Amino acid sequence: MSSGNRQTGKWASVVYSLRLLVRDPMGLAGLILVTLMVGTAVFAPYLAPRDPFALDVMNRLAPPSQDHLMGTDQMGRDTFSRVVMGARIALKVALTAISLTLLGGLVLGLAAGYGPKWLDNFLLLVFDTLRSFPTIMFALAVVAVVGPSLNTVILVIVVTTVPVYGRIIRTQTQAIRYNEFIQAERAMGAGIFRILGVHIMPNIIGPLLIVASMDIPVVVTIEAGLSFLGLGVRPPTPSWGSILNDGYSFIRNTPWIVIAGGVPLILTTLGFTFLGESLRDIFDPKLRKDI
Amino acid sequence: MGLYFLKRLGLSVVIVVVAVTMLYGMIHLVPGDPASIMLGPRATPEMKETLRVRMGLDRPFVIQVVSFLGNVAMGDLGTDVFSNRPVARIVLEQVPHTLVLVLISMGWAAMMGIPLGAFSAIFRNTILDKITGVFSIAVIAVPSFVVALYSLLFFAVYLQWFPAIGAGEPGDLVSRLTHLVLPSLAVGLSWVGYIARLVRASMLEVMGENHIRTARAFGLPESVIIYRYALKLAILPTITLIGVSIGRMLSTAVFAEIVFARPGIGKLIYDSVITRNYNVVMGSVLVSTALFVFSTMISDWITALLDPRIRENL
Amino acid sequence: MATEPVLRVHNLSVNFRTPRGPLQALRDVDLTIPDRRVSGVVGESGCGKSTLISAIIRLMSDNADIVGGSVHFQGRDLLKLTRKQMRAILGDRISMVFQDPMTSLSPVLTIGRHMTDIQYRDRIGVGEKRKRAVDMLASVGIPDPESRLGQYPHHFSGGMRQRITIAMALLASPNLLIADEPTTALDATLEVQIIHLLKELQERIGCAILFVSHHLNVIAELCDDVTVMYAGVVVEKGTVRDIFHRPAHPYTRALLKCDPAVIQEKTELLPTIPGEIPDLVDLPQGCIFASRCPEAGDICLEGPPPLVEIAPGHVAACVRLTEGGTA
Repeated sequence: MSSGNRQTGKWASVVYSLRLLVRDPMGLAGLILVTLMVGTAVFAPYLAPRDPFALDVMNRLAPPSQDHLMGTDQMGRDTFSRVVMGARIALKVALTAISLTLLGGLVLGLAAGYGPKWLDNFLLLVFDTLRSFPTIMFALAVVAVVGPSLNTVILVIVVTTVPVYGRIIRTQTQAIRYNEFIQAERAMGAGIFRILGVHIMPNIIGPLLIVASMDIPVVVTIEAGLSFLGLGVRPPTPSWGSILNDGYSFIRNTPWIVIAGGVPLILTTLGFTFLGESLRDIFDPKLRKDI
Repeated sequence: MGLYFLKRLGLSVVIVVVAVTMLYGMIHLVPGDPASIMLGPRATPEMKETLRVRMGLDRPFVIQVVSFLGNVAMGDLGTDVFSNRPVARIVLEQVPHTLVLVLISMGWAAMMGIPLGAFSAIFRNTILDKITGVFSIAVIAVPSFVVALYSLLFFAVYLQWFPAIGAGEPGDLVSRLTHLVLPSLAVGLSWVGYIARLVRASMLEVMGENHIRTARAFGLPESVIIYRYALKLAILPTITLIGVSIGRMLSTAVFAEIVFARPGIGKLIYDSVITRNYNVVMGSVLVSTALFVFSTMISDWITALLDPRIRENL
Repeated sequence: MATEPVLRVHNLSVNFRTPRGPLQALRDVDLTIPDRRVSGVVGESGCGKSTLISAIIRLMSDNADIVGGSVHFQGRDLLKLTRKQMRAILGDRISMVFQDPMTSLSPVLTIGRHMTDIQYRDRIGVGEKRKRAVDMLASVGIPDPESRLGQYPHHFSGGMRQRITIAMALLASPNLLIADEPTTALDATLEVQIIHLLKELQERIGCAILFVSHHLNVIAELCDDVTVMYAGVVVEKGTVRDIFHRPAHPYTRALLKCDPAVIQEKTELLPTIPGEIPDLVDLPQGCIFASRCPEAGDICLEGPPPLVEIAPGHVAACVRLTEGGTA
């Protein structure tokens, strides 16, 4: 009975938050853009009018027309279909990278915050060092070593963003660790996993998810950026970054490819950022993004 | 006070050393050793062995790292195996191009962002404030290389107001500057947003403090209150941000340099990655990391100097 | 007493906008501060003392509205002045000393900077301004003031900082000094020192003081006249002698009863009056103090009692007084 009540209470608060979100113009805009982007990614195969990989040598670099809404690239592939499929890559990389980062950040952050002092100091030094690499340059160095691929992109993103999460989790863990009720639990013989799982995790997961949602546009940007440099996804996989790269070579004569690759990227990053900002204002006005 | 500066310097040096070790380890421990990758599939074992010895890859890893660190400390970043020139010289030739781009970008971003943030705070909750807020978020969100591409397309290709590629004629200041406009627009734009938001937030925090009320109660002119009493305090976190952001701009500069075909450290790394020129990749990533670490350190120093509370407690 | 009062607050009402509706923080407050006298305002936290001060100097929070009344200072209604005219008076004719000396000075500016900045109206050289600052610091008991001008607020102890803010406030020889709980953040010995300093300087400069406190002992020590406030209204006014020896309002009596005879350390609340201050958004019908008043009866719920004069200069707002009852 009581759990049923709690359930309704939870739903009511979710509905209330949604209402606040929709009432905020920025939140509404974000919600619409994100829904569009995710919808496109999920239903990409149905939305793409043509095969994004089909070459058409007769129709290379064709201008926008009824057949090809955004024209074709240097191999005659339909740009619109590639843009639609690109949403999939962007979302896939974002979700994978953010999940892995959260996981890595949790493990390292909890270890630093709850473990012995020397481990804390060591991990802090590692965090500080990883954060002191300029992201893209570090990414280039990694690509130089392991070669360009989707997994490399994810690896780079995880390695460079884990320190941010690790630090947040470490600080929160330490704050809770010395809390009286945790001390009492320990005195009563509660195991480390019980304390971490039951007491510490629920307290840090909320702010963490907000920070994570605000990192989605950053991750999308890094993926597109590396693919733009030709160091991200391997061709012929359609990524917005690689579409931009294709278009860059022909920017003087066929500007529509660059425009077609950039607009969805801008809309996606704007959408996730607006949504994240609005969510943060609703749930945790005090939490400021670590810049 | 001197102790704090030394400590901060020590920390920076430690971070750079750890970073070098990590980079070195990454490049040299990953399967597929650099020598074979550099020479390509058709190289003979003898050729690989010669290159391995030349690159010092035949020695134990710890020795390699220590001797590499020693060399770095002496200013020796190794030799570019393609051109036989010292890597340090190759990298340092490119540093000024990138630094000029980054500093100009930071300069205009700060000159726009600080007043924008301050005005937002002073006229908080007005239309002006709301527009500035959405503008700041938007420019932060838009990827800088898309800004670079679109500005290239619009201002250089379509309108032809500014040159599209290169860094301009050496010695010709006007040409140099016109070549800087679009790249620095792309690199600096999102920082206008970051700075405006930070200045606004810290202004609002400071304006709510008691000493501002004291200043008002003494009838001090609003301009004095804002510039001397509020902005002076609110600017402190901004200076820290600017220090950190110079490091982050090095990343953004990579895109601007590539899109606008400008010389610079980012273009150098990119070209070296494409040609698998490990020593140059290593050297230039190292130099940019050091630039990042030390710019952060200098901004911490400046923050400490400006804030008497920190200045004396350390 | 024949001279014109330096400040006359008449029927002042202030509302705060809240999500639940207007919170009536001050309702028809009357306050008169005679020239060259020390007037105290006393009451629990939340009684409207600080709102009253903010309204007088027109530095209110964004959600506060003055909904009625006037504040006459030297014959001019401060509420009708432009911001610029108001600024001309603040720091020149009216000065403030705030509660927390730890935060009321800018942490990144030196004492000298603070003290020369506030003399911005005077067309004299910086050297002259600094000399005046040094003299003033010396007279509030800062040792070696010359060398301390270059120091920052965090170099000084709390008591020293409060001396500095007093020096700043009196630098322009104002006609009215408003002190908002200036000793609350200090310990007992410092409190006594600051009170004596204020008294001494007030006599020397010849200004009037509006002294706000929830500390009865401090009020008794320093003030000539006392106004007792409760939940946004004035419940009793009179001379120190009237209030402390012949308290007419039950609230004043309750305050006096629970105030310890000795000066004690900072207390936020006077803890022994049972009950809580009523909700100022949804005001009770009758006397505002009725819900906590030990002497309340049905008559107290009929309407807010007016201030009635018990003796010359001594007024209180309690229906029992008109009944010719208990007082």
